[in-house]
Amino acid sequence: MAAKRFPIEAGHIMMFARSVGDDNKVYYDEDYAKTTEARGIIAPPTFPQSSAQFDPDYFLRPKVGQPWFGSGKNPTGIQRASGGGGGGGGGLHAEQHFEYHRHIRPGDVLTATVKPGKTWEKEGRRSGKLIFSESITEYRDQNGELVITARGVGVRTERPVDQPAASKSEKAEA
Amino acid sequence: MALKASQLTVGETHTARIVEDLKRTQIVQYAGASGDYNPLHTDEVFTTKVAGYPSVFAHGMLTMGMTGKMLTDYVGDARLTKYGVRFTSQVWPGDTLEATATVKAVNGDLVELDVSTRNQDGVEVLSGYAEARVDP
Repeated sequence: MAAKRFPIEAGHIMMFARSVGDDNKVYYDEDYAKTTEARGIIAPPTFPQSSAQFDPDYFLRPKVGQPWFGSGKNPTGIQRASGGGGGGGGGLHAEQHFEYHRHIRPGDVLTATVKPGKTWEKEGRRSGKLIFSESITEYRDQNGELVITARGVGVRTERPVDQPAASKSEKAEA
Repeated sequence: MALKASQLTVGETHTARIVEDLKRTQIVQYAGASGDYNPLHTDEVFTTKVAGYPSVFAHGMLTMGMTGKMLTDYVGDARLTKYGVRFTSQVWPGDTLEATATVKAVNGDLVELDVSTRNQDGVEVLSGYAEARVDP
């Protein structure tokens, strides 16, 4: 997610930590957080993904005055081209990687710059042809220092992913 | 709280139950906090009638986030240096997940971990790695 300005805010961190079921007080209680090694509130490890909130063009957020593909009066708000598979709005998330150069905290103001990475194809057993594409996001702080490097891999499928039998562990492509 | 390199053994594991009977409401919470409003995760009508899945399902990043709690509880606050995963199977409302970190190597002040999250049927839903700073 590209964002010119991704301000790290305490309330956002609290909501995010709640949403992943993490009740560690280092994510919302400043007095407690000061007593920890983090020496103040920090963001949970996967928080950088919420830079989507600050990407003006992020396509998985409804926008005023524009069609939205989720349901309303009808099961979808747009006419879809035929095919397109089970990704709904642009595929599924196959991989995500983070490198933390330092931990981010309220008051930081980051920029997120996205560079495209590799693309490749593979034949999947459960969903037909798979098209993978990689993107690298560099998060820099208000001093221009690189704080987090993220690499995401998305996949588009020919059809919805078949569901494996319950007891079978299948390292395929979700 | 922090791990000590001198007390870590390759192969030792830490497991935590990261969610029990995943609720659709938690998926909605994650959509709101992360900003990923893909209807596949929150809109049952769209997901079943248009996308062709049996129900809504969790964001991969929700599973990675919940698994992250297991990791940070284990290695301590502000200790992670790397964390990466592949999403190997979908996570559905009602799922109960357990996440495990296994010590792969200890290199000076860094520990390398294998990370795996499985559902109530033993199916691996997330597979990855992490690296964290440890005390001597």
